[in-house]
Amino acid sequence: MELLLVASIGFLYAAGVYLILKRSMVRLLLGIVLLGNGTNLLIFLLGTITKGKPPVIEPNLKVLADIYSDPVPQALILTAIVISFGLTSFAIVLLKRVYALIDTDDLDDLNTPEEEDI
Amino acid sequence: MTANIIIATVLVHLFTALLQLTFWRKTITQRVLSVAGSLTGFAFALGLFERVRTGPILTMNAANWEAPFGIVFVADQLSVTFVLLTAIVALAVSIFSATGVGRARMLYGYFPIFHFLIMGLNGAFLTGDIFNLYVWFEVIIISSFVLLTLGGRKAQLEGAVKYMALNILASTFFLTGIGILYGITGSLNMADLSQKIQWVENQAIINLTAMFFLIGFGIKAALFPLYFWLPSSYHTPPSAVAAVFGGLLTKVGIYGFFRVFTLIFVPDDFIKAVLMGIAVMTILTGAFGAIIKDNIRRIFSYLIVCHLGFVIGGLALFTKIAFIGAVFYLIHDIMVKTNLFLMAGLIRHLRGTMNMSKLGGLYAQYPKLSLLMAVVLFSLAGIPPLSGFWPKVYLFDGGYQGNDYLYIGGIIIGSFITLYLVARIWSEVFWKRAATDDFVVDRFKSLQWHRKTLLVLPICLLACSSLFIGLNAEYIIQIADKIAGEMADPSPYIEAVLGK
Repeated sequence: MELLLVASIGFLYAAGVYLILKRSMVRLLLGIVLLGNGTNLLIFLLGTITKGKPPVIEPNLKVLADIYSDPVPQALILTAIVISFGLTSFAIVLLKRVYALIDTDDLDDLNTPEEEDI
Repeated sequence: MTANIIIATVLVHLFTALLQLTFWRKTITQRVLSVAGSLTGFAFALGLFERVRTGPILTMNAANWEAPFGIVFVADQLSVTFVLLTAIVALAVSIFSATGVGRARMLYGYFPIFHFLIMGLNGAFLTGDIFNLYVWFEVIIISSFVLLTLGGRKAQLEGAVKYMALNILASTFFLTGIGILYGITGSLNMADLSQKIQWVENQAIINLTAMFFLIGFGIKAALFPLYFWLPSSYHTPPSAVAAVFGGLLTKVGIYGFFRVFTLIFVPDDFIKAVLMGIAVMTILTGAFGAIIKDNIRRIFSYLIVCHLGFVIGGLALFTKIAFIGAVFYLIHDIMVKTNLFLMAGLIRHLRGTMNMSKLGGLYAQYPKLSLLMAVVLFSLAGIPPLSGFWPKVYLFDGGYQGNDYLYIGGIIIGSFITLYLVARIWSEVFWKRAATDDFVVDRFKSLQWHRKTLLVLPICLLACSSLFIGLNAEYIIQIADKIAGEMADPSPYIEAVLGK
């Protein structure tokens, strides 16, 4: 299980970096999303991955006797997913607006020389 | 010591924003509420500042979960100083916004978002939990995205794409760092991390994690080579927004550096060398970038980058005297940079442009306003009794003691170019005879007197703060000395949080 996760984290990071290096805005966004997902999986991996061992203390014991699956990373990931959902939806709307204004998907065309600002 | 007052500044801005949301179409009410909210926030920040300055470090455990298990809020001298500076900037900008931001933007929720941004800044400065710091960073960037794009002009949206992409990337790096840190130590509380990280056997992985934080904060603080988003986005939004961004947003990154690289990762020689290299390059690229620009807001954007290099260099020297210089410089910088962008907004009201080639003759027409702006410009350059001069004395001293002549050279070049730019702005904008009077759009003259006051008062307020910092430097040095002591020896912080 760990090996599978490690491989997929590596793949997500690699794909994310590759897409970010492209000039297209949509690929840039997809790259950021993939990197974010890679990070979430990384946090998941760094908490102990066990099956069927909730962090609940047995009624006749004082402390946890066995290895347990850590609930904190899952809470962290949940927070991170919600945040990245908000950021991604904002980014999609922004890119759509920019596309409507400058009519291109190329990041190099974003440098309109400009004289006046508000 | 436990005190719930720590969280007051965060709550004040939260409730101001929520209250404003219920007055969606009533922009006058929103303006009044904004100034009132910022004033209340300022009062609480001042109270908290005085309490921490004269007393012990205050903490608050959220929902009474004891540290290190729950989220803890900590008010040490570094935090409360930042909170107070944020409150001053917020007050100045909400007064300026009442006239300086168009009604169309207000109708789309300018003020609530502004207060959410200030709330996020306060939260980031006060939290003692590294994941919570990440969450506050996200609150800040999502609010800043909206403020940056509000209005929807082409230039704004183009700047926003770069800003958004790099800031989300920075957050991803930061989160990766937090994930690895939790995997190594099993803790998120910064005080607890500070202790646990010493017991980790594999120090190489600690340095690797530190690099993730370095990149994450480095993008947010706009350091070389990750600063390109800043000059290409900060000149696009309204001046009030640019003032908050220029004064505070990059400083959150610097705060992150101060906190994480003194409390959690105590830099070894390698990281110090990396930081110093980054600092010198940041100073040089920022300074040389500013020289060729014609738009005054672009010049100020590059100067932000340049002067952040001074501060990071102070951190890289890692001696107490350099810390004093860095902290003092930061206090001075927040006041002055905010004021410069407000000034740019005022100049635009006076002349309808921000390009130096088209400006001129302000001193002949508005001598009093020009003198006010001269105070700000001279503080920026660090002409002796004013605020920019004193921190450099400490930074020089730190550089000599550390035998770091490259950094000293960097400061000299950076300061010299700043002085040159101040002279150039003064002669081009104020002294030079205006090219043609036909094209001058003076929107300031026709304004009613109370609107004029609303534009000039915040600049006055911040200029007075700058003067206070410069003329009363001994007091500021006492504060900076206390902060530097906390940074050099984090044990009181750890003791306050963990209670042992």
